[in-house]
Order: sequence, then C-alpha cells, then structure tokens
Amino acid sequence: MDYLNLFTTVQARGPVHMGVELPPGNSQRFGHPAVFWLLGKIGNAQLGPIYLGGFGVLALVCGTLAFNIIGLNMLASVNWDPIQLVRQLFWLALEPPPPQYGLSLPPLNQGGWFLIVGLLLSVSVLAWWVRMYRRAIQLGMGTHVAWAFAAALWLFFVLGFFRPILMGSWSEAVPYGIFPHLDWTAALSIRYGNLFYNPFHALSIVFLYGSVLLFGMHGATILAVTRFGGEREIEQIVDRGTASERAALFWRWTMGFNASMESIHRWAWWFAVLCPLTGGIGILLTGTVVDNWYLWAIKHGVAPPYPNVFPAVVDPALSLGVKP
Amino acid sequence: MNVCKLLNRLLQTAAALGGLFLLTGCERPFQDSVQTGYRGTGMVQVYNPRLLAIKTEANQAPVAIPQASDEGPKAAQAYKNVQVLGNLSVAQFNRLMVSMTAWVSPNDGGCVYCHNPANYADDEKYTKVVARRMLEMTQYINSEWQPHVAQTGVTCYTCHRGQPVPSEIWFTKNHQPQGANFIGDKAGQNEPAAVVNLSSLPNDPFTPFLLDSKDIRMNGPTALPSGNMHTTKQTEFTYGLMTHMATGLGVNCTYCHNSRSFQSWDESPPQRVTAWHGIRMARDLNLNYMVPLTPVFPANRKGELGDVAKLNCATCHQGAYKPLNGAQMAKDFPELQKTVGKPAQLASN
Repeated sequence: MDYLNLFTTVQARGPVHMGVELPPGNSQRFGHPAVFWLLGKIGNAQLGPIYLGGFGVLALVCGTLAFNIIGLNMLASVNWDPIQLVRQLFWLALEPPPPQYGLSLPPLNQGGWFLIVGLLLSVSVLAWWVRMYRRAIQLGMGTHVAWAFAAALWLFFVLGFFRPILMGSWSEAVPYGIFPHLDWTAALSIRYGNLFYNPFHALSIVFLYGSVLLFGMHGATILAVTRFGGEREIEQIVDRGTASERAALFWRWTMGFNASMESIHRWAWWFAVLCPLTGGIGILLTGTVVDNWYLWAIKHGVAPPYPNVFPAVVDPALSLGVKP
Repeated sequence: MNVCKLLNRLLQTAAALGGLFLLTGCERPFQDSVQTGYRGTGMVQVYNPRLLAIKTEANQAPVAIPQASDEGPKAAQAYKNVQVLGNLSVAQFNRLMVSMTAWVSPNDGGCVYCHNPANYADDEKYTKVVARRMLEMTQYINSEWQPHVAQTGVTCYTCHRGQPVPSEIWFTKNHQPQGANFIGDKAGQNEPAAVVNLSSLPNDPFTPFLLDSKDIRMNGPTALPSGNMHTTKQTEFTYGLMTHMATGLGVNCTYCHNSRSFQSWDESPPQRVTAWHGIRMARDLNLNYMVPLTPVFPANRKGELGDVAKLNCATCHQGAYKPLNGAQMAKDFPELQKTVGKPAQLASN
C-alpha cells in the first residue's frame, strides 16, 4: 500500500458531518453536504453545509451586484458582443471618473458606475469581515483570520477611498480591470517619481517575498517530517515528538536558528499582515506627503549617485533657440 | 483505485500540456542584450536577433538614380505650373519625378497617380496638390528640423516605402463609437491597441501630444508636494505616447531614459534630446502641413471623425531607431534639402 499521511488521505466515506449545534439566534447552515473525491485530493472531500447569516447574505448580494455592474460595463464597452467580451476581457475595465470631477458625483458613464461599484464592494467586504469575526467567536477561536483580512482591507481602502479623498479626486482610484489596473500601477509609479524609492513599498516587498519564503520553508519542513507525524502540529506543540525535534535540529544545523512549532505561525502571520499594512502606508503617503520618491531618496541619501557615462545632456526645453 | 490512478495521470498530463501551451506565447531564446550605461543600472537594450534581421531587411533604402546634369533650361521654363522645384534643370526635375514615382506610387498607376495624363500641369488630382505640399514639407524637415533628422535627412521614401499612403499614420480616435451612452465608456483606453504595443493604455496618445501641446512631463521638481497637479490618469497618456515611441523605434525605455528616474536629464542618454525634438517635429508637421490639407483630401482618405491622416514616430521609423537603418538617402537629393523661405500657398484653391 502507498505511504499515506494526512495530506494524502485514504478517503474514508462515512456519514457526512453537519457541524456542531448553533446557539439560538443564529440562522441555520444550509445545503446538504456532498462528498467529492477530487476535493479530497486537496482538502476535505466534504463540501458544505455553509453558514451565511445576515452579513453573509449582505456581502454576497453587494459583491454580486458590483461584479455584475463591472461586467455589464465591460460588455457595453465592446458593444454588447459576448465574443469580444471574452477575447478582450483582460484589457477591459470600469474606469474611475476623469480628474476634473474631483470628489463630486460624476455622470454614470463618467465614473458614476465606478463609484457605485466602490460603495457596493466596500459594504460587501466589510460585511464579510464582520461575518469572519463573528464565526470565529462562535467557534470559540481567536480572531486572527479576521484581523489578517482587515490588513488586506486596509490596503484596499487606502487605494480606493482614503488616498483619493486626501488627493481630492476619485480619479486617483484604481480601475477595475486586469491589465488596466497593472497599467495604472506603473503609471502611479511613474507619476510619483518611481515607487521603488518609497521605503514603505520596499518594506511591503520584504514582507511579501518574506511571506513566500516562510511559507515555502514551513510547508517544506512539515511535509518533510510528516513521516514522523509532524503534520499533527498541534499535538507536536503540546507534546513535542521526534518530528518537531528533527525539524528544529534541521534548521539549527543549516542556519543556526530555528523557529519553534508555535512561533513559526506568528512569523508567518505577521509577515503576511505587514505586507499590506506597510504597502498601504506607502500608498497613502504617495502624492499626499511625498510628490517625487526619487528626489526624496536622493535628498535623504537613499538612492546612490552613479557616475555619468553619457555625454552631458541638458533639458532641451531650457535651451535657447529651440522650436517649442 | 485504478480509476483514481488513471484520473491522476490524466490530470498531470493536462497540466503539463497546458504549461507547454502557455510557453508558445513567448519569443524563443536567446535574446541579445547590449549594455549602454553604467554597470548594474539596467541600462540595457534587448534585441531579438531573428526579429532584428527581419526588421533590418525591411528597412533597406532603395538605390538612388544617378545624379542628373544641372545644365540646360530650368523646369519652370520648360513646364507649366512648377511651383516648388522650378529652378531645377529639366534633367534634375525629371530624375526627382521618376524617383518619387518609384518611392510613392510604383504599383498605383505610376505618374498618373498624381498627374492627369492629358495635361501634366493640371492640378485636378488631389494627390498632386498633396504631393507638392509634401515636397515642401520634406524640404522644411531637412532644413529646419536638423536637431531631429541631423544630416541624414528624409526623403519621400522614409515614410512612403513604395505606398501612396504611408503604412504608419494615425487619426483622432472616436472614443464613443456607440454615442454618449449611459454605460460602457472606456475612457479612451482598455483595448488591445497596436499603437500602444497591445497594452491597455490610452490608445490615442497622439491627439493630446502630437496635435495639441498637452503636458508630457508629469514629474514635479521637488521631493515634497509643491503644486504639481498632474494626475495618474494623465500619466497613462504620457505612458501611452512613450510606449508608442519605444515600439515605433524598436527599443526599450532605456534607449532614452535612465528608468530609475524618467525625468532626470542628467542621467539620460543623449538620444533623449533627439527624441524630444522629434515630438516637436511631429507636432509641427501635423499642425502646419497635414491639418491644412484636410479640405484637399477626399472623404475616403480621412478618419472616422473626418480628420486628415497624421504622422507619428512610427511613420518614419517603422521599427528602426534610425529610419531606413540610418541610410543617408537625402544626400543624393540636394533639391530636397534646400532652405525654404515662406511656405508656399496651397495650390489654386
């Protein structure tokens, strides 16, 4: 028989689990659970039942509305041609209002839809946050997941709400579209003198790549010691066994230091959470407090000067006798 | 269990094939990279040698007809209605006319693409009126725009390449082809447009910059805010223009800019100065040569909004950072280089 651990389970089929009883005042879970073999390859084979509740319904309704308004705007922009919608999907977007409208309400087709979508999405993600928080409390858990999600929401609201308000223009918000939001990102960096010189952007990247590194290290470590029961992390925390000892020893051998079964999860949580937190600070400062990150970095000795290897170049706009 | 294994195999095969399919979207290796600036600063030009070979081949200049004698009667005396090239000798004049035919309309009727065969002096065909103005434009470029074209200069062939209408022209875009509706405005961007290298950037970056003189520079002069009101959306238009320039010239951003600070002239390669003049040249030519020709062109040569065909960087460059690979074609045609006085009037009308 194949070697098996908790990550590649033998899929034992028994009665489906309906979940623990909910206290009075909670709406019921819905949907009859079904078991899928393929799902069992990547997690639990049982799908459902799901708890939605008032906030879940609110989040889904607002989110679905926003998604459809974006989609219908995209469809309208290709003259209601479904084939072109598919072909050009990555290029299409719902754009924020033009700059001249500032923070005032623009016509529907000049960013009005964009603001409506922004409002709906905001309600949707906030309701989803409340739902996460309350479900965690309900299960007697800590609220770490909700706060991690809140870190992502911080960046979301900085980009689409706080910074546009501070800049006095909704046009500074991010368009809803695949390529358009990437072009927007590049344009924002160019406009504000190269975002790579923004130290909070740098921090955010550190935590982003750091998260990936930690995730890779932790995942690999646990998989490597599952043959000793290492994937039962909670048991290993309470009653440290040979899996945990080997994992710790491995890292002490290879880099002198090892995180513990407990601390590695705090490392991962903080790296993940600090990525959008620092990123959001960097975006919030851009244009509001700092107009040109390159000049800022030169001024404070962050950006190194390089030897000039090109023949001296002067701005031709300052030369006399050129055609304007 | 066997069924499961089979399904596993199938999934793995599908994933592998999918990955291979995605790879087919890439240019195959290897690319050449040429360092142009200080080490470690990423000042590098990347060339695909296979595409470069095709482009080099496509940008060859034609061989010039041998020089003609400047003796004998002048064209103005021998022919009627010669307004621009009147003081060439008849031989020189005919040499240029034959060259122009080969450059512009070799497969479109030859001489009669512009001339009425019954009376060559007649200005009846609009193409002749346009051609006359284009001759003046060529002289103007070669004499007045040397900051951009240097001594290399241009000829009709630089843009036309054997076609009556150059392949790279632009019209002002109609951004609301379905009318001002209540939904679906693209804000002048968000479609895979060739002029911006299939990005979703604004797809008419020419009207604001190569016709109007809207601000191209978005960066402010100070680290902290000091009144620079340019917006991210405006920057997307600048970005679109720059993408067009890079594509039109077959180069990267770093051909003209040190990308760590696009604004800094101190750190820029000198090509940026040439490009700066090029933007002004394109604007000047569009405003003073193309737009005034609007009533001369028939409707089928005009854009969706009824505007005349206009030029941008790619009109001459056509993918090469020096048009025609830098061939000094204009040298063989001194009559295209003379300094012109005041611009001649538009034909009789």
